[in-house]
Amino acid sequence: MKLQTILATKGKKVLTIRPEQPVKEAISVLVQYNIGALVVVDEDGRPIGIISERDVIHEAAHNDAVLTQMIGEVMTTKLITGTPHDDIHSVGQTMTDRRIRHVPIVEDGKLVGIVSIGDVVKTQLQEYEGTIDTLQTQVQASPGK
Amino acid sequence: MTQPGSEADPLRVAIIGSGPAAFYAADHLLKQPGLVVKVDMFDRLPTPYGLVRAGVAPDHQKIKSVTKIFDQVAGNPRFRFFGLVEYGKDISLDELKQYYHQILFATGAQTDRRMGIPGEDLIGSHPATAFVAWYNGHPDFRDYEFDLTQERVAVVGVGNVAMDVARILSLTPAELAATDIADYALEALSKSKVKEVYLLGRRGPAQAAFTNPEIKEFGELEGAEVRVLPEEAELDPLSKADLEASQDRTTIKKVEIIQSYAHEKPSGKPRTLVLRFLVSPVELIGNAAGHVVAMRLVKNVLYATEAGTLSPKATAQFEELPVGMVFRSVGYRGVDLPGIPFNERWGVILNQKGRVLNPETQHPLTGLYTSGWIKRGPSGVIGTNKPDSVETVTCMLEDLATGEYIHAAQPEQADIEELVRTRQPQYVSYADWKRIDALEVKEGQAQGRPRVKYTRVADILKALGR
Repeated sequence: MKLQTILATKGKKVLTIRPEQPVKEAISVLVQYNIGALVVVDEDGRPIGIISERDVIHEAAHNDAVLTQMIGEVMTTKLITGTPHDDIHSVGQTMTDRRIRHVPIVEDGKLVGIVSIGDVVKTQLQEYEGTIDTLQTQVQASPGK
Repeated sequence: MTQPGSEADPLRVAIIGSGPAAFYAADHLLKQPGLVVKVDMFDRLPTPYGLVRAGVAPDHQKIKSVTKIFDQVAGNPRFRFFGLVEYGKDISLDELKQYYHQILFATGAQTDRRMGIPGEDLIGSHPATAFVAWYNGHPDFRDYEFDLTQERVAVVGVGNVAMDVARILSLTPAELAATDIADYALEALSKSKVKEVYLLGRRGPAQAAFTNPEIKEFGELEGAEVRVLPEEAELDPLSKADLEASQDRTTIKKVEIIQSYAHEKPSGKPRTLVLRFLVSPVELIGNAAGHVVAMRLVKNVLYATEAGTLSPKATAQFEELPVGMVFRSVGYRGVDLPGIPFNERWGVILNQKGRVLNPETQHPLTGLYTSGWIKRGPSGVIGTNKPDSVETVTCMLEDLATGEYIHAAQPEQADIEELVRTRQPQYVSYADWKRIDALEVKEGQAQGRPRVKYTRVADILKALGR
């Protein structure tokens, strides 16, 4: 299964934020939409980083002024991006191995979505549930059972 | 204000489409404790079950046994089926909104993706779905013609549709006769001259989309043997490392099966199924009459994307494969429906968890929902549509609780049946379908087959005495 299966049921709007905005604004968007990370984009809409709950916590541990800090100074810039054609299983593996929870999805240079580890787990679970259900139906239909 | 969902004021839901996603959604709605729901299901075909009838291969009867579950759903007195009633033609969105609180679209992925290469439209180049619909007796495809005098056929792709097509082309007349394949297809395929079927995968054995039972089944065919080039069965270093790290048993087994085919001695069976890996078609070559005569392939190598997927990359190495017929099976996409926002990028209805969205505001459109392949794109097995439909129905119930539903003008008093009757007097009810079903099975028993399908709408109506 491809990442596009996940993106297909997530609408079209991708929430982003600019690096010169303060961390406080990122926090309000995260809380408002009940999400864990925001993609940070440049003036052309290209992803240049990601700011997550974790980034904010790490900064807050040694910086009391974190709320007024610029997002660009706090965000993670070592970005791992995916494409809609990436395999869900491979991406899940990469996220687990590299301990990342959000992957911005880019197609033809444009940000088209973001996939969280929660999305990956949910989709894999649905895949397994579906397979089990189909197998059960077939076993029940087998002669002699 | 009280929400609909009581005996006096039932929640009325219309479902467009009657495949697995439609039935799983109906099932989950009708099972809600303490909620009285009435479900009306519409299909443009006179027969229900979507791809279970028109897609699942005729030699995979066990998979079709899921229709027993659908039958139980349809047995609920609060369920109705309106076959031969097409959304957007016989009945419009505005009309449905007069009668229903919620409308769910489960119309599937009806078209194939194109390969996007020169020669794709030459005579003899077909979408695999057209062949599948043809051999399964879909009324819209029964009059298609496939040139089965060709000896060499290529199937592009290694997903389950590609596997089905290659297998059906390789079955013996006796094997085919034991299935519910359409009569005319049985006749045509029994005279088939096809000798070699090539299945072409862009990536390697470890990335092949087919399942282990599907690839094992190839080795058990009466009249065809499987061939894999030993050099293509070997894993490349990236796949090898990936597999060693993941220790994924299903994939390890899959690779073992493929490699076992590479080392089998020829058995002399009349047909050969050749499984190719790490190749992509770049051009179909035609003769002066415009018929496909060959395919140009490029050899691929794998590379790891940033997110960890092993993807194909073309090399400068080409080969020419002489073939007289080509079936493309490189993906499917949904067809947009009148009045329903469509997400062109993914080929699905614009939605969030099954709630149809307004394209301008990206907010949900009250009372409109989607499930199945038209919601998430074509993926998974039949059962995958169950959790998918449950997710959508969960949204429907949440919205019902918050009062976000269509405040239908006359939901109970004026019944939609009257309107349907004026638009499509020949509509087929579930009771009608059960009569057709019994007749098909009876005719099948007489011939020692699971069923013999009606493949023309006119024949179905005639059998119903219309």
